[in-house]
Amino acid sequence: MKRIGVFLCWCGSNIAATVDIEETMAAARKMPGVVYVDHNKYTCSEIGQAMIREAIAAHRLDRVVIGSCSPRMHENTFRKTVEAAGLNPFYLEIANIREQCSWVHKDKLTATEKAISLIRTAVAKAARSEPLFSTEMSIERRALVIGGGIAGIQAALDIADAGFEVDLVEKEPSIGGRMAQLDKTFPTLDCSACILTPKMVDVAQHGNINLITYSEVEKVEGFVGNFTVTIRNRARSVDMEKCTGCGDCYAKCPSKVDSEFEMGLAKRRAIYTPFPQAVPNKPAIDRANCRYFTSGKCKVCQKVCPAGAIDYEQQDQLVEKKYGAIVVATGFDTHKLDNYGEYAYGKHPDVITSLEFERLVNASGPTGGKILRPSNGQPPKNVAFIQCVGSRDKAKGNPYCAKICCMYTAKHAILLSEKVPGANAFVFYIDVRTPGKDYEEFYNRAYEECGATYIRGNVSKVFPDGDKLVVRSVDALSGALVELVVDMVVLATSVDARADARELAQKLSITTNAYNFFNEAHPKLRPVETQTAGVFLAGACQGPKDIPDTVAQASAAAVKVVSLLNKESLLSNPTVAEVDIKLCSGDMSCLAVCPYGAIAEKFIEERHGREIRKRRVAEVNTALCQGCGACTVACRPGAINLKGFTNEQILAEVDAICL
Amino acid sequence: MSVKPEGFEPLIVAFCCNWCSYAGADLAGTSRMAYPTNVRIIRVPCSSRVNPSFIIRAFQRGADAVLVAGCHPGDCHYHSGNFFTRRRFTVLKQMLEYMGIEPERFQVRWISGSEGAKFASVMNNITAEVKSLGPNRKLRDAR
Repeated sequence: MKRIGVFLCWCGSNIAATVDIEETMAAARKMPGVVYVDHNKYTCSEIGQAMIREAIAAHRLDRVVIGSCSPRMHENTFRKTVEAAGLNPFYLEIANIREQCSWVHKDKLTATEKAISLIRTAVAKAARSEPLFSTEMSIERRALVIGGGIAGIQAALDIADAGFEVDLVEKEPSIGGRMAQLDKTFPTLDCSACILTPKMVDVAQHGNINLITYSEVEKVEGFVGNFTVTIRNRARSVDMEKCTGCGDCYAKCPSKVDSEFEMGLAKRRAIYTPFPQAVPNKPAIDRANCRYFTSGKCKVCQKVCPAGAIDYEQQDQLVEKKYGAIVVATGFDTHKLDNYGEYAYGKHPDVITSLEFERLVNASGPTGGKILRPSNGQPPKNVAFIQCVGSRDKAKGNPYCAKICCMYTAKHAILLSEKVPGANAFVFYIDVRTPGKDYEEFYNRAYEECGATYIRGNVSKVFPDGDKLVVRSVDALSGALVELVVDMVVLATSVDARADARELAQKLSITTNAYNFFNEAHPKLRPVETQTAGVFLAGACQGPKDIPDTVAQASAAAVKVVSLLNKESLLSNPTVAEVDIKLCSGDMSCLAVCPYGAIAEKFIEERHGREIRKRRVAEVNTALCQGCGACTVACRPGAINLKGFTNEQILAEVDAICL
Repeated sequence: MSVKPEGFEPLIVAFCCNWCSYAGADLAGTSRMAYPTNVRIIRVPCSSRVNPSFIIRAFQRGADAVLVAGCHPGDCHYHSGNFFTRRRFTVLKQMLEYMGIEPERFQVRWISGSEGAKFASVMNNITAEVKSLGPNRKLRDAR
């Protein structure tokens, strides 16, 4: 008979106010195998843990059941506690009497009844627990960073500086991301390129960073410490070794298409680098728009290239690489404005998005940094800025706040006053939100020093009137109808998750929220980890974020990666599948359902009388098995069991519940 | 037609996968979303760990309803586990119906780790449905 100790936690009043601890203790004493019952106000405290360790020694306990918060909270804490007292850590069971009992029920009588049932269930499972042992696994001491914006750049630099090799994968021909498109940055008005490009160069020159541009993650296999990632190197049609980045090719290329980097406000060639400071500064051919690839004739770039670097025969290449940890830093998309016809975006050239405005202000942008109306090339006198376009809009946009728009709109108003003396900025807002160091002061500057007029109101319509635009709104503070005649309208478009975020989440086995932003493991305490060990998050792919927050999160993710890669080895998850070869029929139904390829066939020799016969059985590779248990159900003869969640344990739980 | 005793409180066994539905149940707790005490959760790593025999055993031992809850199809922590869950329990559900178990007594639901409210509403609904059905007498062991 097992000697089980039951420990009940009050969790202050969180549990004790709803569950009668005395009554639960009395009931626990009568449960089979229970020899000791105790309680504590906070079992997770050092005193509470010491109480358990002392009781294990004093009462020779060999199994421990703790009635407390969710095992997802403190299972590891308490496993260490019982291990410190000399027991196998898997001799611990937790009954979740807080999240799944005291916090969701109000009636003390029935809640206590349920708590007793939960304790009984845990006791029944603990009585059938076996000692489990982890094995040591090696770590591939290299990291993969997906996304070469400021988040990926910062994470890669920090990991590389700590002495580990990093592969930085970027899908565009150059790193830089969204930050490279910006002109100035709030709240200091640093020039974005001036602070970003040195970092981009650092990445290119860092001995520990391997830059893989124009490439995407195709497949991710494996687990923490041992990921195998397939990367698709898209055919660049330019030999990176030979190319010197002279730029002769794109000067002569005859095909012109809208530049993504310039938000369609300027043209680029079919062979192109996205922007002048691109890293690597070597072009790629956009085959969909290349005259040679679409019509079979041209080859101008090949003729003019002095290095002979143009290679039309290049194919996409799939490269398989191993990593110990992965940082996801894929950034954001701006909100599509299809639902906002009332703002006349796409119908009138002088209605532009905030990112387009960034390009207009930028010295390397389509107008050389002059703010000019796209319709006639004249500087605007009056500019309306409409905030929350697609944000805080349950009806047809994102219900959440995009976080950065109030600040960048204040920045735009300031930049307008600097670049076009005498121009007036009118900002239509719902609320102005400026939490952040020096943010409120920056916003104050926009209307105090730079004369921006803030009008509280939701714009209902933007329509042309002659060569001007009329913005119709309500001034919510006075209740008056406002009709402003302006020269230009700038829409503060919301921040969306990347269009392919869900696809990437599935490849990485991480989850997303309802808006496809990647989920962190805990919103407060594990903000850069995901539920999948070894995969970390940085930047706006986790939720809308400004540059300071993005950089902070990227460095945090880098620290997590470094502390993982610094370990000599990792301990494997011991709750893996196990085959009883006596029962195994060798029909290998288990193999077909295993998502990790952790099951293989093996031939054993058995003596039958005088004859020795070979027989096929299944074998589990414990390093690959992740412990889902799908095979246990597929197994026809019932030969596979899952350690830590055995058939016997689960059936005992069922029986204890239905007592 | 089963006879319902006065003040019948059904017993519901819920198998919840650790990564989504168990986390959803925890979130319902953290958000203090109340639901009836009738449900008892058994934590499994993945809904694909749930053997149909566990469900039959629960009915034999007198459970009035059984719920299997996992990640949404396509979001399985183990890539493909809940696809097996979906297939297996489509078959089991038909078998149980053939045996005379009302469909409300055996339910499979997809509840993610961020759907605390959905977890609570599934618990409220299943409890109400089974309350109106009365106790499970069909499969219960003669004890």
